[in-house]
Amino acid sequence: MSRSVVIVGGGIAGQAVCEQVRERDREATITLVCGEVSPPYDRVRLSEILVSGEDPKTLELRPAEWFADQRVDVRCGRWVTAVDTAAREATLDDDTALAYDALVLATGSQPLMPPIPGIDLPGVHPFRTPADCAAIHAAAANGTQHAAVIGGGLLGLEAARGIAAQGTTVTVVHLVDRLMERQVDAGAAALLVPALAELGIDVLLERSTECIMGPDRARGLRFAGGDELAADLVVVSVGIRPETTLAREIGVACERGIVVDDAMGTDHDGIYAVGECAQHRGRIYGLVAPIFEQARVAAEAIAGEDALYPGSVLTAKLKVAGIDLVTAGEAGGEREAIVADPDAGVYRKLAVSGGRAVGAVLLGDTRGAEALVAAVRSGEPVDDPLQALADASALGPADLPDTAQICDCNGVCKSDLVAAVADEGCATPREVMARTRAGTGCGSCKPAVIEIVAAATGGLNEEPAYLCPCRKQTREQLAETIRADGHESVSDVAAACGTGRECGTCKPALAYLVSEVRANQHREERDARYINDRVHANIQRDGTFSVVPRMYGGVTTPDELRRIADVADRYEVPMVKVTGGQRLDLLGVRKQDLPAIWAELGMPSGHAYAKAVRTVKTCVGTDFCRFGLGDAIGLGTEMEKAWEGLHTPAKVKSGVSGCPRNCAEATVKDIGCVAVEGGWQVRLGGAAGGNVREADVLCTVETRAEALRVTTTFLQYYRENADYKERTYDFVPRVGLETVREVVLGEESGAALRQRLKIAKAATSDPWLERDDPYHPSQFSDLDEPGEQEPELALVGPPPEGAR
Amino acid sequence: MTPAAAPPLAPPALTYACDVEDVPLGEGRALTLDGRRIALFRSFEGWFALDDACPHSGGPLADGIVCDHAVICPLHERRFALATGDALTSDDEAATAHEVEVRAGRVFVAVAAERSAAAAA
Ligand SMILES: Cc1cc2nc3c(=O)[nH]c(=O)nc-3n(C[C@H](O)[C@H](O)[C@H](O)COP(=O)(O)OP(=O)(O)OC[C@H]3O[C@@H](n4cnc5c(N)ncnc54)[C@H](O)[C@@H]3O)c2cc1C
Ligand code: SF4
Ligand code: FES
Repeated sequence: MSRSVVIVGGGIAGQAVCEQVRERDREATITLVCGEVSPPYDRVRLSEILVSGEDPKTLELRPAEWFADQRVDVRCGRWVTAVDTAAREATLDDDTALAYDALVLATGSQPLMPPIPGIDLPGVHPFRTPADCAAIHAAAANGTQHAAVIGGGLLGLEAARGIAAQGTTVTVVHLVDRLMERQVDAGAAALLVPALAELGIDVLLERSTECIMGPDRARGLRFAGGDELAADLVVVSVGIRPETTLAREIGVACERGIVVDDAMGTDHDGIYAVGECAQHRGRIYGLVAPIFEQARVAAEAIAGEDALYPGSVLTAKLKVAGIDLVTAGEAGGEREAIVADPDAGVYRKLAVSGGRAVGAVLLGDTRGAEALVAAVRSGEPVDDPLQALADASALGPADLPDTAQICDCNGVCKSDLVAAVADEGCATPREVMARTRAGTGCGSCKPAVIEIVAAATGGLNEEPAYLCPCRKQTREQLAETIRADGHESVSDVAAACGTGRECGTCKPALAYLVSEVRANQHREERDARYINDRVHANIQRDGTFSVVPRMYGGVTTPDELRRIADVADRYEVPMVKVTGGQRLDLLGVRKQDLPAIWAELGMPSGHAYAKAVRTVKTCVGTDFCRFGLGDAIGLGTEMEKAWEGLHTPAKVKSGVSGCPRNCAEATVKDIGCVAVEGGWQVRLGGAAGGNVREADVLCTVETRAEALRVTTTFLQYYRENADYKERTYDFVPRVGLETVREVVLGEESGAALRQRLKIAKAATSDPWLERDDPYHPSQFSDLDEPGEQEPELALVGPPPEGAR
Repeated sequence: MTPAAAPPLAPPALTYACDVEDVPLGEGRALTLDGRRIALFRSFEGWFALDDACPHSGGPLADGIVCDHAVICPLHERRFALATGDALTSDDEAATAHEVEVRAGRVFVAVAAERSAAAAA
């Protein structure tokens, strides 16, 4: 009869055990009982989701099909409430009984909530589950004045980072005199503080929180000694408490965690424990790498193989964009080699005890991290630590020994990656990652995976996003060619590299690229443009066009309205419609009427037909609204005037709201500004179309002029770096908000962007002026409805040879 | 001179359409000949004509992007061969193609007898 394995708890540990058991035993009946309603998910990546606000569904470790394929019976939202250890039967909260040969306790842990007054107040959250993550994200993104994180460990810093990313200021409060004291030494910890400050995170050390002040909700912290800190969002991250309730109830020996031996077995035959609930040789591990090692050992023991778990060397990477920190093993040793450049924020250390590597701390410069971590893991002999430290910086992931573990989250070694290429025919990093799961955890090993796969395949095979798929040319390559060789037009580029000669689909993208790189001083070729850009109007389903004149900030005048009404009457425009962007749209206009209509309107083009800056929607703000905090119409109009006429990779819709009530829907615009107490919140990458995406907060600035400057800088950054047709809501997450922030808010990089935008802007003009100066006499006319041309009688029949 | 989709029984009469310079290079323009809307293209490879109604949903092919012996419909970006009218990226029926002849700077079209369904609609 096949073996029956019941796993209690569907965290990373439960899932790992399930996979390891299945790998060794195709026949076993496996039941995974998940107390949480969602199937196993990647808790590690909650930090990432706190920053991005993405749907936690993307965290699922395996899709539903996997469980069906592998014949794993997953019971979500079910709890094991009792176990009859004599009869070997587990009971669920719906009274189902499950017989087992092996029972694996993978019940994880609970966040430690210190019993201080106020810990139960609204506004106080642990950081452990998707629900915690959603609550913290929502509070940080909306209305929180200042946040506090109690606990300056890895998790606390990641929580603080997520809060700061929503534009909310945050203070990390830590009990001892240095951050992350378990992983780093004083030298590195001291450098962490200024690095965090740059990300908008303050640090208070040696503060013991005595109570969270209320009364109705969290209002602040009071420390021993009487100081206070105002905070209306409090995240508690002071440690974990292994979840041992079930183990204790059924009589399994527990101390702080469930006590296990070197085969992950408890004091009861057939009962094992793995993950954060387990205590091995007195240690409880709060990281995932050990979980994979433990799960493998437990599966071996269940399969009747020899199994030995000697304990794990702890390695940690801080997942805070902008701070590179990797640690392994001990923070100190008998001999220590330290290389530090505090001004550059760099600190590298290798600790050696008994002639062997026992610990590494790499901050600010993590070159050689894989090699150093591997050395610490295997306790490599080291004679000259300083030399070893120096040598490591020159080692890339491709130089690592085969046994080096690359992906700590999924326990994948270099040899597994190489085997995926050599034996299983994977050709790209993406395929290797799907196959081995390397890089799918916290993601920090992705660059190493890519490098190793590249070395194994003899080159990079990742299919890039081609601007011209026919000739396999990327936007970057083409931009480089245009810059280097000074091409002035689409046909120049086509002649030089063939792009735009084949299917032709890329011609508009190429036309944009040439105009962007040449700052609008390119040679315009209309055949490369969509019809909308040839006639500056939006083609409709019946082949007619729509006309949307510009109304800065959605403000118009009686005189403009009169002219619009007259034009609509005179040209029998079938429909006049108010658009979502606060303008008026004349629909159903014939192509040949366009120039005359523009002339009679006497208003500039609204670019509603182009991949360009569209409207800046505004609310009435301080002009009239009783809630207004900022001059929304003023800022919106300035933005629209500053950007008018600029083309962009895809359309750019903006909005400015005069207060957080956000009547102009600025939080779902490509570029949005919302007036807040004391300034403007600047947001990017929002969407309210087929997809709805809340815009990311770039920063909060004090003045209207700064808001205009920051948004203008971003506009140019987007113009230069997005792929054609890539809206900001795809672009910003692709390059990462952190990168955007770095470049756009950087003093030099920002100034350079604004300078280039200025040059491009200077070369724009109102395209509707082509009514007086068409690029071709038949720009707006069909052949038999001539515009400027002399009408000519059609000649029927074959013409005499050589006529005319 | 370019071949039409199918040679008609009797060669159709050539009708004057426009002068060469009336259509910008690389673009198309529409006109009515024999009571039907025709899209005339001045591609980099020569002159072509199709019914000015996309077989997909009637889009104005004359307003499309022209490249490599084909036109991309401006409405939904399906591609059709200029010489034959064949759909290149979809399984739409072909657009009717017409013969074009250029003589001494004047462009003539031999309007084909058959009509594609979209053009008849
Ligand atoms: C935000 C965040 C970021 C992190 N980042 C990192 C990182 O970068 N690197 C790293 O190494 N580690 C990181 N960690 C730690 C890592 O996530 C944990 O070590 C790991 O997820 C623990 O997995 P587990 O399966 O042991 O426990 P859990 O994930 O707690 O899983 C236990 C599961 O068992 C269920 N359960 C409990 N009792 C029962 C019962 N009686 N019946 C049924 N189900 C039950 C629980 O509901 C729970 O779903 C991070 C943790 C967090 C919260
Ligand atoms: S966003 Fe604020 S200021 Fe603007 S209209 Fe709405 S309530 Fe008034
Ligand atoms: S009408 Fe031509 S592609 Fe749809």
